[in-house]
Amino acid sequence: MPFDVVIVGAGPAGLAAAIRLRQRATEQGEDLSVCVLEKGSEVGAHILSGAIVEPRALDELLPDWREQGAPLNTPARKDRFLWLTRRRAIPLMAPPQMHNKGNYIVSLGNLCRWLARQAEALGVEILPGFPAAEILYDDQGAVRGVATADMGRNPDGSEGLRFEPGVELHARQTLFCEGCHGSLAKQLMTRFDLRRDCDPQTYGLGIKELWEVDSPLHEPGRVVHTVGWPLDNGTYGGSFLYHLDERRVAVGLIVGLDYANPYLSPFEEMQRFKTHPAIRPLFEGGRRIAYGARALVEGGWQSLPRLSFPGGFIAGDSSGFLNVPKIKGTHNAMKSGMTAAEAILDRLRGEAPEGTDADDLRQRLEATWVMRELRRARNIRPAFRRGLWPGITLSAMDTYLLRGRAPWTLHHREDHAQLRPAAVSRPIDYPRPDGRITFDRLASVFLSNTHHEEGQPVHLKLRDATKPTALNLPVYDGPEARYCPAGVYEYVDNGNGGQRLQINAQNCVHCKTCDIKDPGQNIDWCVPQGGDGPNYPDL
Amino acid sequence: MKVLVPVKRVVDYNVRVRPRPDGTGVDTAHAKMSMNPFDEIAMEEAMRLKEGGVVDEVVAVSIGSGDCQDTLRSALAFGADRALLLESDTTDFEPVVISRILAAVVAEEAPDLVIMGKQAIDDDCNQTAQMLAGRLGWGQGTFACRLEVQDGEARVTREVDGGTRTVALSLPAVVSTDLRLNEPRYLKLPNIMKAKKKPLDRRAVAELGVDLTARTRVVAVTAPPERGPGVRVASVEELLDRLKNEAQVI
Repeated sequence: MPFDVVIVGAGPAGLAAAIRLRQRATEQGEDLSVCVLEKGSEVGAHILSGAIVEPRALDELLPDWREQGAPLNTPARKDRFLWLTRRRAIPLMAPPQMHNKGNYIVSLGNLCRWLARQAEALGVEILPGFPAAEILYDDQGAVRGVATADMGRNPDGSEGLRFEPGVELHARQTLFCEGCHGSLAKQLMTRFDLRRDCDPQTYGLGIKELWEVDSPLHEPGRVVHTVGWPLDNGTYGGSFLYHLDERRVAVGLIVGLDYANPYLSPFEEMQRFKTHPAIRPLFEGGRRIAYGARALVEGGWQSLPRLSFPGGFIAGDSSGFLNVPKIKGTHNAMKSGMTAAEAILDRLRGEAPEGTDADDLRQRLEATWVMRELRRARNIRPAFRRGLWPGITLSAMDTYLLRGRAPWTLHHREDHAQLRPAAVSRPIDYPRPDGRITFDRLASVFLSNTHHEEGQPVHLKLRDATKPTALNLPVYDGPEARYCPAGVYEYVDNGNGGQRLQINAQNCVHCKTCDIKDPGQNIDWCVPQGGDGPNYPDL
Repeated sequence: MKVLVPVKRVVDYNVRVRPRPDGTGVDTAHAKMSMNPFDEIAMEEAMRLKEGGVVDEVVAVSIGSGDCQDTLRSALAFGADRALLLESDTTDFEPVVISRILAAVVAEEAPDLVIMGKQAIDDDCNQTAQMLAGRLGWGQGTFACRLEVQDGEARVTREVDGGTRTVALSLPAVVSTDLRLNEPRYLKLPNIMKAKKKPLDRRAVAELGVDLTARTRVVAVTAPPERGPGVRVASVEELLDRLKNEAQVI
């Protein structure tokens, strides 16, 4: 099927791009067909974020969003920044980037649902339940669209009774907005060598729960961030507690995926976090109503790859627009999508031929507030490589004295290369879940509403099937069983006195951590059948 | 020949629901909604009859809020020729009311066959097909796991305790679908796009002039009791003793 523009992923970047494309086409009286593919069963089903949103990009995209009922209902009011020790919570001065005046606590999934309705009203074709599984290239090697995933294959890959082959969507321009560590974006980076002059990307894993609390401590608009306990001083990360309306609280822990101890379990750190004496009272007597996890990009300015290639662009977190000290990226992702829309239109109109300077999306973004913001923040995340306090000290210097104008740029390393061998690492003894405040993985995955139809090929593909027991298990003691927040990876008895890796692909919540952190880079996260994966309600 | 397929918009079967804090119902805000799986089986069966040349027209009907349009678009993507939405602010009519509304639709549409899910996965009533057949004075083939239509007759194989039972119904008739009737197809992307352009009529339920009064009232909706933690026993004897005397299950 032919389209002018195909967009992969109905997140904030993809939807903002689609809206901007149709707005411009309507202004010019042009006929421009725009199609958005989404792997989730509906728009928002796979969206997970904190989230506090800065409405800057939304103001530019749809200035009447308030009248149109955009779900930005809880203005952020009180900011607290705490340093936790095992027993105490010590207030720190919140750095200026963390001030949230004018921002809103939202469910990003619901914001995307709303954006999708606006896009459809503008004539965008949105197709949830259809993952883009393959990139299509023309004879010259330029991208010419994508093919959706096949449905109804048997576990061995053969065609089942209800087999339905994927559909080729041909496009004059294709925009990839798959979110953090997109499976097609990963192929594009290699094929077009898009990372040739930037730092490696560095990631975090965010685990989030939504609670309905029964506590007098609940205060809509309250924003709390913490650093310190339960993470050790060498591990980057922190928590968030956002008080929403209707007695709901979003709570989450983000752990930098450059952590070194293979025994660390981000999931269990998150559970343990809720038991801190300063945190626990909020959740006593409450109910956990949703759970999910998603990797996020932390590399910022120096890790941003080239975003243009023949036939299309990459935007949103597939390239990486999170502002680490702000702990926000939605506004940047949206703006990158909107800027990509302008670049696409210039290409289609022949105003900026492919490969010219004017055609470079990154250069276009340099002229916007996105890159100014990311450039200023660039030295904060790498400063924490030496630990929490050196990080805070360096960040404070960078923020208050140098104001982001340091004459140097600190660099990132590859997350998967940071694990230390198990033999020189200290095992961590995590407390058992109590079933009230803390839970195990399976009870949690249950609340993600994740579902993968049985009898399909495993969508987590090992490049070398022997590597888990040749490298991961003997050297790192099977870290995938701990970093996976959904219990997908499990080492079980192989019947011969040894162990083998079992992949419970049906539990997967599409966070992409395994593809990022696997020490041998042996796991390829691929899209499963359409509509499979989590069904997040309000995350 | 014409088939009418009623489809209901329900909370998706993958979504874990929970009672609203005030106990008046289930919290469905922002939950993913989709077509009742038994109605998908009904749609699939209607399409197979059409593809087999037995049926000329398939009409899908849904009753509820404007959001039910999504459900009807799915029915159109399955291959229904047109769709009818009977709009109402009330989305949880009980089966007796639904059967009245459907009887009025049948009077207007005059289908030869109504194929519908045996129950909806939200209220699990399993009453509407039977009530509709009774109201119309038509034959009913419920819990169908096989359906053949020829020479003005529907042969329905029904799932009964310990086996199957085949009944022959003269048309027009009502058939309700069980799980093993078929496995619904995956919706094709081109068909989903085509479905957006197929006719979908919207009318207010009130226009039909049927009695919409409820006969029952929901008193409370509660979650099942939480499962307690497990206990470890020292011996088989202790296990037997505790099953017998403490749990009193053997």
